[in-house]
Amino acid sequence: MFGLMASPHLSDHFPLFAAMFPNGLHTPLWIVIPLAALLAGVLGVLLGAPTLRLRGDYLAIVTLGFGEIIRVFMNNLDHPVNITNGPKGLGQIDSIKFFGFDLGKKLNLFGFDISSVTLYYYLFLVLVVVSVVICHRLELSRIGRAWMAIREDEIAAKAMGINTRNMKLLAFGMGATFGGVSGAMFAAFQGFISPESFSLMESVMIVAMVVLGGLGHLPGVILGAVLLAALPEVLRYVAGPLQAMTDGRLDASILRQLLIALAMIGVMLLRPRGLWPAPEHGKSLPAKGDAP
Amino acid sequence: MTDVLLNVSGVSKRFGGLQALSDVGLQIQRGQVYGLIGPNGAGKTTFFNVITGLYAPDSGRFELAGRPYQPTAVHEVARTGIARTFQNIRLFAEMSALENVMVGRHIRSGSGLLGAIFRTSTFRAEEAAIAARARELLSYVGIPHLADYKARTLSYGDQRRLEIARALATEPQLLALDEPAAGMNATEKVQLRELIDRIRRDGRTVLLIEHDVKLVMGLCDRVTVLDHGKQIAQGTPAEVQRNAQVIEAYLGHGNGHDATAAQEQPA
Repeated sequence: MFGLMASPHLSDHFPLFAAMFPNGLHTPLWIVIPLAALLAGVLGVLLGAPTLRLRGDYLAIVTLGFGEIIRVFMNNLDHPVNITNGPKGLGQIDSIKFFGFDLGKKLNLFGFDISSVTLYYYLFLVLVVVSVVICHRLELSRIGRAWMAIREDEIAAKAMGINTRNMKLLAFGMGATFGGVSGAMFAAFQGFISPESFSLMESVMIVAMVVLGGLGHLPGVILGAVLLAALPEVLRYVAGPLQAMTDGRLDASILRQLLIALAMIGVMLLRPRGLWPAPEHGKSLPAKGDAP
Repeated sequence: MTDVLLNVSGVSKRFGGLQALSDVGLQIQRGQVYGLIGPNGAGKTTFFNVITGLYAPDSGRFELAGRPYQPTAVHEVARTGIARTFQNIRLFAEMSALENVMVGRHIRSGSGLLGAIFRTSTFRAEEAAIAARARELLSYVGIPHLADYKARTLSYGDQRRLEIARALATEPQLLALDEPAAGMNATEKVQLRELIDRIRRDGRTVLLIEHDVKLVMGLCDRVTVLDHGKQIAQGTPAEVQRNAQVIEAYLGHGNGHDATAAQEQPA
């Protein structure tokens, strides 16, 4: 999970490399995705390596820090060799094309126009389902169990013969791989990308989604992500009337943040293990423990 | 002809100014229950942690089943064939009892990331085998009905059993138990004794650290006594019980003016 935060920053630029180089080396999707996954995975492992001894909160702080370092680094990587184009970002990235479809254009299917955004929506939905399936399968595997064991008790996990170092690096790599693929998709969808697309706020929001939903419980994490993504939109309508009541003295965006903060404090007080934590008794399926 | 499973000699370990172990060694025959006893602070657990790779020794020679091994990394030692339990129970608290044992199968199985993601037939077969073996072991230690409960919710005695099942899941040549009877009531101790007896009958070798002298004397084939990091006696339980040094270590000097020492006798 934490590896994900650090590496999208890097991997996102990868398709752009491809898009930028000599006037558009239009790398096809089938090459970009595996490359993005691989590069992100490798960088995730590299970033994970120095943090192996850290646990819990300290690990979170360090990985968030790494995320910032990389953002700043990328922001300044426009000279001496211009790789990322610095804060100006990279534009005109190819849209996603496969099987002859161009998701950047409207699709005319049986007389219905399906807009580009809708097409992307379905593509992303499919990817979300695929990643959920992958996570779920990992959770119920030998590797998932090893991750959980490390989360529960590292020394006992070692005593069971688990190579904790390799398993942790694998977790970092895996998390970063998801980040890499989604980053590549994001870049293609937006058509533009700059290091500023990935501020600390984004990373914090991702952690908040996980904690809010229920750390270590897949359905809970999904619930948290949906809520935190949807909540600002819903609260927009609450903010409007409130603003009218106060003659516009309340800034809508600040009010929205305030309401989110209140909602989160409420959740943490009333449900400290998250909205939908792993079940307590009976047939328990705890945790994808990929945050060692 | 005897068959030596674990042969350790010349083990020393120093923590700063404290010589926790000096020149300790022991030989465990295959199929034995070997006891390691000694008063508090004698270095039993330190010795245990050294042979299982948790602490790096300052010196010492280690051989398992005739092959030398270096106890430098805990997970390597487990692979070599020594599984251990912990004095203060270290289960995977939020995982079910069954999953705890399944983790123990980790080194005896090999499916990787891709197998898990694509659910290949080999992966599925291996998972089924892991689960089946784990259930078998839960029955073996006598807690099959608790398979789906989280380890945290089990009673103390059952947690001890679960830890033994988890250690057995790694198919160890040597099962090392660190004070398994600590904190158990009389009934649980009897059950534990039966379990260890059964493990021995099934051909496994057991190294037992124990405070409860009665349990050790009744169960072990051979005993080593440690005091202040030194080996003071070795032999059958009956021999050790008669050893003057052992009596002194447990009861203090027998010349009358040391009345308080007698009250410090453990267990």
